[in-house]
Amino acid sequence: MSDDTAHGQPGTEVATVDEERYPVPDPGLEEHLPRLTDVDEKAADRATRQVATFFGLVPILSIGFVVVYFAVPGDAWVDFGPLQANSRNLLLGLTFGLALLFLGIGAVHWARKLMDDEEKIDYRHSAASSEADKNYMLTELDKVVDESKITRRKIIGRTLLAALATILLPMIVGLADLGPWPTKKKRAETIEKTIWAPGVRVVQDITFTPIKPEDIEIGQLINGEPANLQELEGAEFQIEKAKAAVIVVRMDPNTITIPPSRQDWAIGGILCYSKICTHVGCPISLWEQQTHHLLCPCHQSTFDLGNSGVVVFGPAARALPQLPITTDAEGYIIARSDFTVPVGPSYFERDSRNDFKEGDN
Amino acid sequence: MFGPHLNQDMRGIRVRLLSSRRRHPAAKALLLVFGLFMMGALYSVVAPPVQVSADDTVTQQVEEGRALFAVGCASCHGLNGEGQTSGTIQGPPLAGVGAAAVDFQVSTGRMPMARPGEQAAAKPNRYSDEEIAALAAYVATLGPGPAIPEPAEYTPANISAEDLARGGELFRTNCSACHNFEGAGGALPNGKYAPPLVGLDDKRLYLAMLTGPQQMPVFSDEVLTPEDKRAIIGYLNALHEQPAAGGLALGGLGPVSEGLWAWIVGLGGLVFFAMWIAAKGAKAK
Amino acid sequence: MAEPAATVNDETAVQAQTPKKELGPVFKAAAGPTKWLDDRLGIAGLGRPFLRKVFPDHWSFLLGEIALYSFIVLILSGIFLTIWFKPSMAEIEYEGSYELLRGLHMSEAYASTLDISFDIRGGLLLRQMHHWAAAVFVAAMLTHSLRIFFTGAFRKPREINWLIGVAMLTLGIINGFTGYSLPDDLLSGTGLRFVDGLIRAIPVIGTWAEFFVFAGEFPGELIIPRLYMVHILLVPALLLGLIAVHLALVVYHKHTQYPGAGRVQGNVVGYPVFPVYAAKAGGFFLIVFGVLTLMGAVMQINPVWVFGPYNPAEVTAGSQPDWYMGFVEGGIRIMPNWEWHIGSTTWSWNVAIPGLGLMGLFFGLMAIYPFVEAWVTGDKSEHHLLDRPRNNPTRTAFGVAAMTGYAMLWIGGGNDLVATQFDVSLNAVTYFLRVAVFVAPVIAFLVTKRICIGLQHADRDRMLHGAESGVIDRAPSGKYSERHRPISAAQAFTLTQHEDIPALLPATDTDGYSEKEIRREQLRRKATRFFFIDTLRRPTRAEIEEAEHHHLHPMIIGDGEHHAIEAEEEHHLAK
Repeated sequence: MSDDTAHGQPGTEVATVDEERYPVPDPGLEEHLPRLTDVDEKAADRATRQVATFFGLVPILSIGFVVVYFAVPGDAWVDFGPLQANSRNLLLGLTFGLALLFLGIGAVHWARKLMDDEEKIDYRHSAASSEADKNYMLTELDKVVDESKITRRKIIGRTLLAALATILLPMIVGLADLGPWPTKKKRAETIEKTIWAPGVRVVQDITFTPIKPEDIEIGQLINGEPANLQELEGAEFQIEKAKAAVIVVRMDPNTITIPPSRQDWAIGGILCYSKICTHVGCPISLWEQQTHHLLCPCHQSTFDLGNSGVVVFGPAARALPQLPITTDAEGYIIARSDFTVPVGPSYFERDSRNDFKEGDN
Repeated sequence: MFGPHLNQDMRGIRVRLLSSRRRHPAAKALLLVFGLFMMGALYSVVAPPVQVSADDTVTQQVEEGRALFAVGCASCHGLNGEGQTSGTIQGPPLAGVGAAAVDFQVSTGRMPMARPGEQAAAKPNRYSDEEIAALAAYVATLGPGPAIPEPAEYTPANISAEDLARGGELFRTNCSACHNFEGAGGALPNGKYAPPLVGLDDKRLYLAMLTGPQQMPVFSDEVLTPEDKRAIIGYLNALHEQPAAGGLALGGLGPVSEGLWAWIVGLGGLVFFAMWIAAKGAKAK
Repeated sequence: MAEPAATVNDETAVQAQTPKKELGPVFKAAAGPTKWLDDRLGIAGLGRPFLRKVFPDHWSFLLGEIALYSFIVLILSGIFLTIWFKPSMAEIEYEGSYELLRGLHMSEAYASTLDISFDIRGGLLLRQMHHWAAAVFVAAMLTHSLRIFFTGAFRKPREINWLIGVAMLTLGIINGFTGYSLPDDLLSGTGLRFVDGLIRAIPVIGTWAEFFVFAGEFPGELIIPRLYMVHILLVPALLLGLIAVHLALVVYHKHTQYPGAGRVQGNVVGYPVFPVYAAKAGGFFLIVFGVLTLMGAVMQINPVWVFGPYNPAEVTAGSQPDWYMGFVEGGIRIMPNWEWHIGSTTWSWNVAIPGLGLMGLFFGLMAIYPFVEAWVTGDKSEHHLLDRPRNNPTRTAFGVAAMTGYAMLWIGGGNDLVATQFDVSLNAVTYFLRVAVFVAPVIAFLVTKRICIGLQHADRDRMLHGAESGVIDRAPSGKYSERHRPISAAQAFTLTQHEDIPALLPATDTDGYSEKEIRREQLRRKATRFFFIDTLRRPTRAEIEEAEHHHLHPMIIGDGEHHAIEAEEEHHLAK
C-alpha cells in the first residue's frame, strides 16, 4: 500500500507493460497438438462425410419448405404430445429452421475438424497514431486554417457560427406542429373534460343497454359508458372512450362511507366511478365486492370504492374520480354532470392537492 | 356445436376430455335427458312456496337440507343462516343468496371452508348431488335469490359466430381484468386471486357470473343477460378448444413467460452452440 | 507496444510477390473475376489486412455475435413483415379467417397483423421469428455487456466502443418497445397508455410532450404510423450506423483476449479470419438464424388474436411489457405514491422517478463506469488482456450488485405472477421489494467481494502450495494432510500475470498543488482504498522462491515433468 508508485499524481503515466513485471515468466504459447482428424485419415474421412451430410440435408429441407408452402392447408393442425400447432406454421418453420441450422452446423464442424486449427499470432500496435502522423496532421491543419484566411477575417467565422446555429431553427420549428399545443384553453376542452354531461344515460359497455337501479344487485359490477359515446366513431370514439369509461357498483349502504358532499351523487348504494386509473391511466375493473377494493392490474394501485375511491395501496396518488348519478323520468341511471375533476393521470399544470382524499367531507 | 366453419377449422384436434364428451354424438341426447330431468327437479325446488307446502317431497328435501346445514354450515353462517359478523369465525348471512349460490359454492368444494381465510379455495366436493340439492332448497327458503339455472340457459348450444365474437368482447370488457386474456387467472390484493377458467364446465361459469362468489362481483341476469353470459361461455370454450396456432403456448401468461423462454431456450441454446463452436476438440495425443 | 516482429500480414505480403504458378486451384479459378474487381476497387489492397486477421476463440466472445446475428434476422424478417403490415389506426371491420374476432371493429394495424398470422403463408412464422429475435437480441446485448464489464474490456482504448454499446442497448430496448406497440392489440395498446401516462408525468413539459407524441389526446390516430417510422427507419438506421462503427473499432483495436501462456498485452492469438473464423462465424450466423426460426416454428409468442383489438376500456390481468422493459415496469409497480404540489403545479414522482429516472440511472451508470474506474486507478495505459473477474473484486461486486438490483425490479415487474404462481400476497411481494431493491444489492456487493477475495486466496494457495491432488497422507503421528502437486508453468503464469492496483494512502507531499487539486487527489486516493484495500496482492517472485525453498521442490514445472509426476502419483495410488 505504498505511496510512491507510478500511480502517484494526476497525469502521471503508468509505465507501459514490460515482460519483466511478471513474477512468473511467460512460458510462451503452448505446443500445437494435432487432432485425431489430423493424424487419422479415417477420422478425417468420417468428419468429411458428416459435413457433407449436413450440407446434403439442406437442399432436401429447402425443397420440403416449398412443398409445405404449397401443399399444406392453413387449417390443418398438428397434435403431438403437449405440442398443438398450426401444421403449416410448424412445418414451414421446421424445414427452414433445420435447413439453416444444418448449414451452420456443417460449416462449424468443417472448421473444427478439418480446417487447419493452428492458432496464429498477430501483434498489436497502440491505438494512438505515431508522433510523425500527429505532427503532420497538426502542421497541415495549421496550413488549412491559414489558407482559409479565417483567422484574419474574424467576422466570417462569427457570422458562420451564427448562421450554422440558426439554420437548425427551421428544422426544430418545423416540429412545433407535432401536435396541438396544450394551452390552458386546449387542456380544458381535451384532457380536462369528458363527454359525460347532465342527463347522459349510463349504459353498459359493448351492448349499450341502459341500466335501472333495481336491476343491480348488491355486489354487482357494471362496466359502463356514456350513452352518447355510441354516436362517435374512429379516433374520436377511442379518445372519448379512453376518458369516459366508468364502473357502476352497488354496495350495502350500511357498509360504506359516503361523505356529506357526495350524498346526492349516489342512488342508495349504487355509485359510479371513473374506470381510468389516476396513476398512468389503465382501465381498472378488478373489484372485490366484499372489501369494496378496486385493483389496477397494471401496477396494482388499489382504491376503496366504499370510501369515495381513495387510494389504499400502490403507486397511484389521487382518489378515483366519482361521477355523480341519479335517475331520469324513465328510471334509468343518468349522470348529474361531468366528472368534477379530470380523469386519468396527474399532470404538471394542474394542482391536484384539493382532489378528494381520505377524511374529506 | 359452434356452427360448421369452426368445426371445419378444428378437424383433427384432440380436444380436452370435457369438451370431447360434450361433442360426443350422444351428447345432445344425453344433454336433453339431463336437461329435462333437471328442469323437473328444479321446478319442484324453486316453485312458489304455496305449492312447496303442498308438496311433501319438497318439504322433506328442505328438512333434509336444514339438517345438513346445521351440521356443515351453521358454525359460520348461524343456525338459521343469519350469518356471524363478529368473533373469530365469521360468515355472511345467506338470506337471498339463492339456490344458485349454494350449488356453486358447495359443488366446487369451496363451501364448507376447511378453515377461515381470505379466500375459499375450490377443492373436491364431499356432498352428493342430492345433498347439494337439499342444501340449496333449504337456503332458497331463507329469502328470494337466484335459482339454479336450467341447462338451456347456460349451454351455448348452436351459438352463432357473431355471438362468439361478441362473447369475446364481453369477456375482455368484464372478465379479463381479473381472469386474464386467456382465462389463466390473476392476482388480487392480499393473497387473494381470481381462479383460472380453463377446463370449467358451462354451469360453473354461469353460476359464478350469476351469483358473484366471494370477492367476484355479481353479473345479474337483468344486466348481463343470459344470452350475454352464454356468449361469454361459448367464447371461452372456443378459445380453449382451439389449439395454440403458433406452437407451445408457454403457460399463456403473456410476455413474462415469453421472456423467460427467450432467455432459457433462445440465449441459453445459442450459448450452448457458442461453447461447442469455441471448444477445443479432443487432441490426438 | 508496437513490436517490430514479422506479422501474419507481412507473410501474406511476401506470398503475394511469389510467381503465380505456385498458387492453388481456387485462386486460379477466381483469378479472372478477382482481377476485374481489383482493377476497379483495389480489393487486394483493401482485403490485405483482413484476410488473415486473427480473432481469439472463446465462447463468451460470441455473445456479441448472437446480438449481431439476431439483428440481421430482425432486419430480414422485418422486411417481410412490412410487405403486409398496415401501420394505420383507421377503423375497419375484420373479415379474415380468424373466427373468434370476425365482424369486430378494429384498426387496420391489428387486422393486418391477424392477416399476417392467419392468411399469409409463413406470416405467423415470420412474426414469431421477429418477436423471438427481438427478445434474444436484447438479451444477447445485455449478456455481452456483462461479459465486457466483468472482464474489464471497457478499459482504454475501448471506452468509446463501450459507450456505443450502451447506446445500442438503449436503442434496442426502444425499438423493442415500439415494435410491441405496433400490432395495436390489447397489450400493445395498454403499453401505449402506460407510455402516455409516463410522458404526462414528466415535470414541466409533460402535457406538451404528450400532445406532441400522440398528436393530441391518447390514443389519437397518428401514434402507430409514427412509431412505425421510428421502428423501421429511424432506430434501425441509427443501429446500423453504430454497429458499423462498433465492428470497425473491434477490427482496429483487435479483439481482447483472456490471459494465458503466450497470450500477453502485445499480441493476439487465435484463428485467422479466413478460413477458420469465417466458417465459424458464418456457421454461427446460420445457427442463430436456424434456432430463431425453430423457436418461431415451435414456441408461440405474442398471440395477438387472443388479446383482442385495443379497446381503451379493456384491460387484462397479466398486462406486462416484454422482458427488457420489465425492470422499468417493476420500478413503477413498487414505487410509493409520492406526489408533490408546489404552487399550482403537481409533480408526479410516483411515475417520473421510476419511469424516467430508472432508465436514466441504469444507462447513465453504465456509461460513466469506465471513466470512474479509470479516474480512480489513474491508469492511462492500454489494456488488451482481459481481467479475471476475481482479480478486481470491487468491480465484480458492483456488477453483481447492479444485476441484483435489476433482478429485484424484474421481479417487481411480474409481482402479480409471482403472487399467483407462488401463492403469496401481492401486497407482501410489493412491500418486500420496496426494501429489497435497496438492501439486496448491498448484500450482493459484500458477498461477491468476499467470494472474489476467497478465489484470490485459492489462486495464491495454488501458486505457493501447489494444486490439491486429492491424495491424503497419514503421518506416523496420525495427522492427515493432503498432498499438493506443483502446477504447470502455463497455469502459474495465468494466475500471476495480472497487475496489482495499489490502494493509496492520503498524499502528504502536496507542495506546489492547488487546494482543488489536492482535494481531488485525496478523494481519488480514498476511492482507491475503497476499491483495492482488501484485494489480495499476487505473490511476488520472492514469495514464490521462498515457497519453493520451503517445499524443497519447484512449485512450477514444465508440461513434460508435470505428466511424469502425475504418472508417479497414480503409480503411488495403485500401490
